[in-house]
Amino acid sequence: MNFKFILKAISVALVSFSLTLISAVSFAATDVRIMWYGDGDKENVPIAAQIDEFNAANPDINVILDIVPYDAIMNTLPIQLAAGEGPDIARVTDLGGLNKYYADITPYVADPSYYEKSFGPFLNWYRKPGDTTSIHGFHSTMTVTGPYVNKTLFEQAGVDLLGPGATWEEWAAVSIEVAEKTGTPIPMAWDRSGHRVSGPAISMGAKYFDSNGDPKLVDDGLKAMTQMLYDWHQAGTMSKDLWGSVSGSKYHAPNDWWNAAEVVFMMSGSWQIGRFANEVGDDFDWWAVPAPCGPAACTGMPGGNALLAFNANPAVGKVMDYLSSKEQLSSFIGQVLAIPGHLDLQVDYQTDDPNAKHALNTFAGAVPTIDQVAFDLQAHVDNRIMFNAIISRLGQAIVGEMTMEEAWTRMDEDVEKQLKEKYGG
Amino acid sequence: MENIRNQTKIFFLRILNIPFAFLMHAIDLIMWPIQKIIGVRNMPYIFLLPNLIFFGLFVIIPLGANFFFSLSSGDELLFAERELPTTKQYDQLFDCESYLNPNTCTEDFFWRGVYNTIFFVVFQVGLMIFFSVLTAVILNKKIIGRGFFRSVFFFPVLLSPVVVGLIWQWILLKNGAFNAIIESYGGDKISFLTDPSWAMASVIFVSIWAHMGFYTLIVLAGLQAIPPNLYEAAEMDGTSRERIFFRITLPLLMPNLLVVFILASIKGVQTFDEIYVLTGGGPGTSTSLIVQYIFTTGFASSGSVQNFGLAAAASMVLGVVLLFLTLMQLYFSRNKESKHQEI
Repeated sequence: MNFKFILKAISVALVSFSLTLISAVSFAATDVRIMWYGDGDKENVPIAAQIDEFNAANPDINVILDIVPYDAIMNTLPIQLAAGEGPDIARVTDLGGLNKYYADITPYVADPSYYEKSFGPFLNWYRKPGDTTSIHGFHSTMTVTGPYVNKTLFEQAGVDLLGPGATWEEWAAVSIEVAEKTGTPIPMAWDRSGHRVSGPAISMGAKYFDSNGDPKLVDDGLKAMTQMLYDWHQAGTMSKDLWGSVSGSKYHAPNDWWNAAEVVFMMSGSWQIGRFANEVGDDFDWWAVPAPCGPAACTGMPGGNALLAFNANPAVGKVMDYLSSKEQLSSFIGQVLAIPGHLDLQVDYQTDDPNAKHALNTFAGAVPTIDQVAFDLQAHVDNRIMFNAIISRLGQAIVGEMTMEEAWTRMDEDVEKQLKEKYGG
Repeated sequence: MENIRNQTKIFFLRILNIPFAFLMHAIDLIMWPIQKIIGVRNMPYIFLLPNLIFFGLFVIIPLGANFFFSLSSGDELLFAERELPTTKQYDQLFDCESYLNPNTCTEDFFWRGVYNTIFFVVFQVGLMIFFSVLTAVILNKKIIGRGFFRSVFFFPVLLSPVVVGLIWQWILLKNGAFNAIIESYGGDKISFLTDPSWAMASVIFVSIWAHMGFYTLIVLAGLQAIPPNLYEAAEMDGTSRERIFFRITLPLLMPNLLVVFILASIKGVQTFDEIYVLTGGGPGTSTSLIVQYIFTTGFASSGSVQNFGLAAAASMVLGVVLLFLTLMQLYFSRNKESKHQEI
């Protein structure tokens, strides 16, 4: 009797345990992991709040936000993806470079036509060549490269700001004049990035592609711009301390010098607006100015970052729908002070800073003036190979490791070598 | 009373012994049949097996994988998707018109890394030995606060290389602490980290600062092992201090200095992290060593093609250099042991 009772008790316990296990598995939330890099709390706090809100409203989905440094997106994510690992969604800037890993979420989003209508021109930047229909994600923010000036220094020097149509040479000349009159150590500073060099190079006539549309980096336009950058470094218009502090294709931004009012003219882009509004504050007035001109154009480079999917399932689709909705995007863009990648978005920017407002207007106004070559370059799957070749070889020439002639030869060789490694042959 | 105390002690020891006895019996249950099958003589291999499995998993297999990667090409990570076998990576690495001029090599970054590494190792190791001996000799004397100073010289060894890099970056930057001092005395700021002619010197200095304590300790141990009666005899003969140092101290320190030389050389060739934090390998490539080339080529290409094959080939070359240095160390340490046995 006793033995039977024990057997019964064990059976009941086992069945209850199994049922609990089955129900736990059935009702467990689906995890969606997002790898996110942000420009500090300015971007991380709003996205974290949106994710919390989503999780609260969707108990069947558990979105995990992994906030990582930008380097992890550039260097770690590609290796994770190559090894068949990686997140479900990531915020990416090498938009075409990772396209072989993107998943098509078309079947899982509520309204695919919304993505076409809202992010149309950018969707092709993510797609593989020949693909015109897949939906992989959406543009989180759009960016435009362009210069900023320390307006206070211009006023102190009694030098007028130049208007639209001013050339690079003219901007360099007035920056030197302001620096001399105000005792500012660095007339000009640029982000150390091939992407930043490319807009001005296109303005000088660089084409980046041959007649077949294949990468052909070095031409007279690129030579003219890179020679100018080389000369500015040798003459002290640009400080070797900025680009010299790293090697290879490593990115370096001169924000510390800019924030300390040690730079008259800084070539960067629209993503700095929120940061400057926070970090510069009332220390000095800063303005974004129209992209300086060369003989061929007066253009910056378009760009931006996108939230792209590496796994396609209903949960990922739902998260994408939520984050790309007008309401969420408008709230996010309004807080981070960026240019929207959404084509039809009214943004209420949450700032009283007149410098930030002016800069947002300037960069938004610059979008229609972006040259077609710049759009083609940004959309090209191998653009990073070209950007990196420019910056690493120009960096070597500037510090005296090679001549500019050798640097140009090496730039072309680097591109050719990497394309061979990637595509064979 | 004493007897009761002893018996209580034995009782508690027995109780404490129960889990160990249980464990040993459990192991014996497994080992006994194995020993029956393979014999007592082969049992050491069984005891070595767990360690060998881990060694194989984390050293031998990656080494083999690295070798196969070096014989493959493409930008895919998985072997199945890579072109194999090919000597393309080695051909590319050694394709030079003149090995003395990196600009004539296809992989000029690799050769710049090679020359920078040679320069770095020669000066870093040479100066490190010099300063280690100097410091050890001073710390071996009966000075006030000797224990304190010994600790001070050893502390940097305990720091993470990233911390070392960051600390010295704050000190040596153009707007850093050191330049502030120079400026306060009316001098001009120096670009310690961004002027090619200063950057390598700064990197060598920081590396010596960070690692000298360890080597000083080895030399100090050598100094303390020298029999004091040799010094007493020399003093009685009226030998000068310089002569004592060069004729007694230095020759008897030689085995230790050899160890320091080889260990410092191996470490020098492998240097990466503190330089990567301090200068990023720049300006240009003036402080970029081989390991940084491998890292950048394979893993940190910032959107360019991640060339795992080329990085693997370069690390095979580095492996050969390290193997040579290790064999040298083994040869000399065995030579030293056999001499001791002869004595």
